[in-house]
Amino acid sequence: MQIPENLRFTASHEWVAGPEDGVVTVGVTDYAQDQLGDVVFVELPEVGSEVAAGDAVAVVESVKTASDIYAPVAGSIEAVNDELVDTPERINEGPYEAGWLFRIRVADAAAVAALLDAAGYRRVVEDEA
Amino acid sequence: MPEPRDVSFPLIFERSRPGRRGPRPPAPGADAAGELAGWLGEDQLRRRPPRLPEVSELDLVRHFTQLAHRQVSIDGNVYPLGSCTMKYNPKVHEEAARLFQDLHPNQAPETAQGILQLLYELQRDLAALTGMDAVTLQPAAGAHGELAGILMIRAYHEARGEGEQRRVVLVPDGAHGTNPATASMSGYTVVEVPSGRDGEVDLDAFTRALGPEVAAVMLTNPNTVGVFETRILEISRRAHEAGAQLYYDGANLNAIVGRVRPGDMGFDVVHLNLHKTFTTPHGGGGPGTGPVGVKAHLRDFLPVPLVVEHDGVYRLSEDVASSIGRMRSGVGNVGNLVRAYAYIRTLGLEGLRRVSALAVLNANYLRVRMKEAGYDIAFDRTNMHEFVARPPEGVRTLDIAKALLDYGMHPMTVYFPLIVREAMMVEPTETESLETLDAYADALTEILARAAADPEYLAGAPYHTPVRRLDEVRAARQPVLRHRFDDAD
Repeated sequence: MQIPENLRFTASHEWVAGPEDGVVTVGVTDYAQDQLGDVVFVELPEVGSEVAAGDAVAVVESVKTASDIYAPVAGSIEAVNDELVDTPERINEGPYEAGWLFRIRVADAAAVAALLDAAGYRRVVEDEA
Repeated sequence: MPEPRDVSFPLIFERSRPGRRGPRPPAPGADAAGELAGWLGEDQLRRRPPRLPEVSELDLVRHFTQLAHRQVSIDGNVYPLGSCTMKYNPKVHEEAARLFQDLHPNQAPETAQGILQLLYELQRDLAALTGMDAVTLQPAAGAHGELAGILMIRAYHEARGEGEQRRVVLVPDGAHGTNPATASMSGYTVVEVPSGRDGEVDLDAFTRALGPEVAAVMLTNPNTVGVFETRILEISRRAHEAGAQLYYDGANLNAIVGRVRPGDMGFDVVHLNLHKTFTTPHGGGGPGTGPVGVKAHLRDFLPVPLVVEHDGVYRLSEDVASSIGRMRSGVGNVGNLVRAYAYIRTLGLEGLRRVSALAVLNANYLRVRMKEAGYDIAFDRTNMHEFVARPPEGVRTLDIAKALLDYGMHPMTVYFPLIVREAMMVEPTETESLETLDAYADALTEILARAAADPEYLAGAPYHTPVRRLDEVRAARQPVLRHRFDDAD
């Protein structure tokens, strides 16, 4: 199970990359995609919508279950990964790369630094297992 | 291009031969098309006949009879789907329902006193069993009942001038998916409340989540892991102190029917799934029946019509001061309301008390047997009518479910609730005998033994079903929702 050292994480299994020019990229972790199983459907937020930290903004559905994806930080949705609509399997194949979900222009960069680091997230996963 | 299929059974379209047909109905009147066009508009008329399969009546009967024989059903074998209460549907209920089949929903009440009396008494019986003051029989499914209930709660808060303020509905993280869906459809924001290590609602987290913005709390008791919420009176007290209404999801009423009443636990609204606790058939996905009971302070918001009685005369009443309106046409799914009535009258209160006792006993017996077989029990305590297990490390729940099909048995509910990894949710119901419970436990024991002896076995199961592993991922990613003719453009 991959937990890249350069990313930030949430206890609800989202990863956050950046910010770069005030924008973070968000996806689900390798652990999350493994738990979900084969992803068959993704519902993405609307570009431009304002989100608060903890808002359910996307849905990832697998054969087993449907899971809400939460905005790790507040801000506005800058972009979404439209490719996932037709090829949701990208989330399974590359959760940290081609499987990214959306980008948020963050309201407060400090909120990103306050998320879990790789070691903190590893403890969350070990606690769940 | 049609997709290749790994299914040997022909589609009804593939049995079709040009010109082959069943009985010929009388020809329509000379101007039938003109008359229809007058009602519907010229543009609504077909120019070409629909492309229906052309088969003889015998072909048709055989096609569907053979398909029916491939089904795993409650009439065929044990069907312990957790949270679904797949109990036996007694055949005498079909006789009862048939007694009323010639009635029309719109006929004059004085010519339908029998059915109205039955429905009136059913409203009263369901109110008595749930501890509620009034009941609507209208909603056509459990989720439909939830919608009616939450809309009544919304109307209640609006009538008190708190509609704008109360925008949040709390649901536990183990809730049925319909609860957050209902709240969301009713315009509310859903906030999830975590469960504690004992499987019950985490009371501290729950209390923190309460506030002046909370409109309702939706709970199932016993909850979806089969655990009775022992702190329900405290939950109820705190919810009401915060001004919230308490909603009871009746999916698990089978565990407590005749013994404990949601109304006495403090619930304000209850929906019942007559197709679960009260034996109306689940067949073919419905029709479900989801009556809703309310306490007196919500009576004025009930959907119409209600069945009322005055001086021994029954009628349908629209006289509900601030009704949320109609949930559907007519009184409800009357055929199933009759079946539920027959069930209640056949068993009586003593019989219903035995239902809940045996449902709980059967589930506990199966829990212990599965534990002995090497399954892990998620919340290992005396459970109610259902419990949640997990296969041992390295074995997948999906594979166990597939392997059960080789025994002619239906799997339990799998991968629900979401708070337990590899969840297997088992609800045998009271109608299974000791021998059947043992056979199910024996099958689950044998599957684990075979898996241990031969790692390939589980991955290949089932071996003896008409179709084996279906490609569920492709079915979900590229669903084919209608027949595609070979020659169609």
